[in-house]
Amino acid sequence: MIHLLGPALLAAVLAGIGVYGILARRNAVLVLIGAELLLNAANVLLVTASALPAGGLAALGDGLARAQDPLIPGQVMAVFVITVAAAEIGVALAIVLLLFRTRGTVELSEVRELGESSPTYTESPETAVEKG
Amino acid sequence: MSGLEVLFAALAVLAAAAGMLAVTGTRVVHCALWLVVCLGALSGVYLVLGAEVVALVQLLVYVGAVVVLVIFALMLTRAPVEPSDRLDGPPCQRLAAGAAGISVGGLLAGTLIYALGGRTVQVQGDQGSAQTVGKAVFSGWLLPFELLSVLLLAALVAAIAVSRNAGR
Repeated sequence: MIHLLGPALLAAVLAGIGVYGILARRNAVLVLIGAELLLNAANVLLVTASALPAGGLAALGDGLARAQDPLIPGQVMAVFVITVAAAEIGVALAIVLLLFRTRGTVELSEVRELGESSPTYTESPETAVEKG
Repeated sequence: MSGLEVLFAALAVLAAAAGMLAVTGTRVVHCALWLVVCLGALSGVYLVLGAEVVALVQLLVYVGAVVVLVIFALMLTRAPVEPSDRLDGPPCQRLAAGAAGISVGGLLAGTLIYALGGRTVQVQGDQGSAQTVGKAVFSGWLLPFELLSVLLLAALVAAIAVSRNAGR
């Protein structure tokens, strides 16, 4: 027997860490590490749900308490999420490499052509002077 | 607490601590290596929860492939090896990110504790065996599975096409 409080708390903590990593980091590769942690939080929840009786359907009624879902959706979808994450990080790292080759930097605060200009935050004194 | 719960708690604390170090570290290579520890501990968590195949796929794909890709990207972008203070945003951004992270984590924790409550489950090891998962994937999940292979192929071709830097 295992208490479900642990997996739920682990998923919540990992999601919080992932959001922090995505928002706080400036290096593009480290932002991707935060995204991976967020995806893993979802995976922990999926695997936890598949450990519930009948894949969680037992909450619908007592008759289903001993039933088993032959499709085990939680675990199969966790495998699918891992696959999608692998595809995502492949494309994302290709974009980061292209960024490094064209701009010579992977710092997200340096790549502002497509972003809105912010009057309150400028990267360095030089760019502040250029922007007036 | 049963043995499984003790094992789970140890792995979960390891995963959370390693994840924390991976997003707060000041050396990029150390961050990537803490990510390895975190993902490996999560693979152990899946084993404790009775999902053998997911644990093995996690080890193969995440620890084996994704982290190697990340380390290659760090090397190819000439990431600094020594500690650097340019990895994080300015302090106000970090503060806001911390607030967002804590609120997301707190919201999720509150919702999940409310939903799952004090339930305990019996871990069913046979449910996560390769035979059961394989039967499920190749019966009910066949179409999504085949679509995923097309997606992987498209992502592979796209990664090559993007990084080939055409036209220059």
